[in-house]
Amino acid sequence: MSAAAETELVEELLDGKHRALARVISKVEDREPGYRDIVSRLHEHTGTADVIGVTGSPGAGKSTLVDKLAAHYRERGETVGVIAVDPSSPYTGGAVLGDRIRMASNVGDMDVFFRSMSARGTLGGLSTATADAVKALDAFGKDRIIVETVGAGQNEVDIVRTADTVVVLVQPGSGDDVQMLKAGILEIGDLFVVNKADMEGASRTVADLEEMLHMERDPTAKLNTGSFEKPDHPDRDDIDANGSTPADDDEHWEPMVLETVAKSGEGVEELIETLDEHSAWMDETGRREAKARQRYAAEIRQLLRADAAQLIDEEIDQRGGIEAMAERVQARETDPYTVADDVLGPIEDCVRKQRE
Amino acid sequence: MSADQEQRTIRCLVAKVGLDGHDRGAHVIARAFRDAGFEVIYSGLHRAPEEIVQAAVQEDVDVLGISILSGAHNTLVPKVIEGLKEYDAFEDTLVLVGGIIPDEDKDDLLEMGVAEVFGPGTPMEETVEFVEANAPER
Repeated sequence: MSAAAETELVEELLDGKHRALARVISKVEDREPGYRDIVSRLHEHTGTADVIGVTGSPGAGKSTLVDKLAAHYRERGETVGVIAVDPSSPYTGGAVLGDRIRMASNVGDMDVFFRSMSARGTLGGLSTATADAVKALDAFGKDRIIVETVGAGQNEVDIVRTADTVVVLVQPGSGDDVQMLKAGILEIGDLFVVNKADMEGASRTVADLEEMLHMERDPTAKLNTGSFEKPDHPDRDDIDANGSTPADDDEHWEPMVLETVAKSGEGVEELIETLDEHSAWMDETGRREAKARQRYAAEIRQLLRADAAQLIDEEIDQRGGIEAMAERVQARETDPYTVADDVLGPIEDCVRKQRE
Repeated sequence: MSADQEQRTIRCLVAKVGLDGHDRGAHVIARAFRDAGFEVIYSGLHRAPEEIVQAAVQEDVDVLGISILSGAHNTLVPKVIEGLKEYDAFEDTLVLVGGIIPDEDKDDLLEMGVAEVFGPGTPMEETVEFVEANAPER
């Protein structure tokens, strides 16, 4: 793609042309030559959208809830962008992206820009592509951007981290889900939503979640039987003997557990209010800026790693390929450390010389 | 593997338009496309032409496969095509129609801008090969 065509595409996107936005996201997804220039150019126009990440196990009702959220925001006159990530087949790379079926409340409303993305089985590439797609929506001028993903692996956790606010969806009566939550998603959620709250076992799930969240915050909670003076928190100095932390003031966001029935829209109002609260809290405490800086740092690192890896791949090919190296190591002619030093040595020298 | 490696994947929208509840064919096609390595977005049942246009534009699909078994193709297909033109999306979208289309209507559809019409009994490979050969260059 020529530079002129790129400029035109970027201008059309900034002008609010839907087709251009869609095409930019495709280029980002395809890693098409020139996509970097496009994203670079969009960057200065970003930073105005509020990004919400929604994650949870399959069937928890993410898409239905996202649909309702989008409809509420539209009622308030805000524009919405949605990116829904679905898994792809590890064998063929193909995928059926079905989240769109649930977007019933926003039919024919072009101000809800809904885009399905597949995981495409790339190593670390998905989170970069999704983050870039969020930028495209941001530059386009969307007020709210919702990123929806199955919270199954590290990659998904990364994607959710591109969001300002993370909502974790849980299904009632799913002990296993709560088990899964222990493994890490518990830490990334700003809000926990027990969806399908009209189902049996919902209150139990809410109670379980709340307990776990409190444990996370203060492992000695509920251990105070009254007989002894409660011990100081073993790990943290900022929790005093009464169990109250500086966290109780504005500095700390207390993750909340809400209940919704996405299908009927019950509880969505409260969810939106809480999302607004979180958003306001982030602005007041400067958390939004801090989080964005962290995100940019992570992004720079990831890009640099990918680029450096590419450079090294080139160097490996120049030196006869990785197979040949492996054979020499296997034949005990050399060892992996020496090979790595040999490959990287000249690059290191080059960089050091340049720096001086 | 680098994050920058180009990964072009054919994207398809499999769409059911109008009052037509027969989606077995659409499901079978969606699966066949998936197994061929395409990314398939399925519209769900009973979609209005505007919805299909919205989905095709936003998802930036290479291929739009419309499944119609209700006989309303002469009304619905032109609406979809007009909508695509409105968003400058017609030029580089391969529009296919599948379902029950009488022979005398087929030519009209082709003239309108539909790339091909696939009737009942079309082997899956034929459709997949057609898409692979004709997916628009972008």
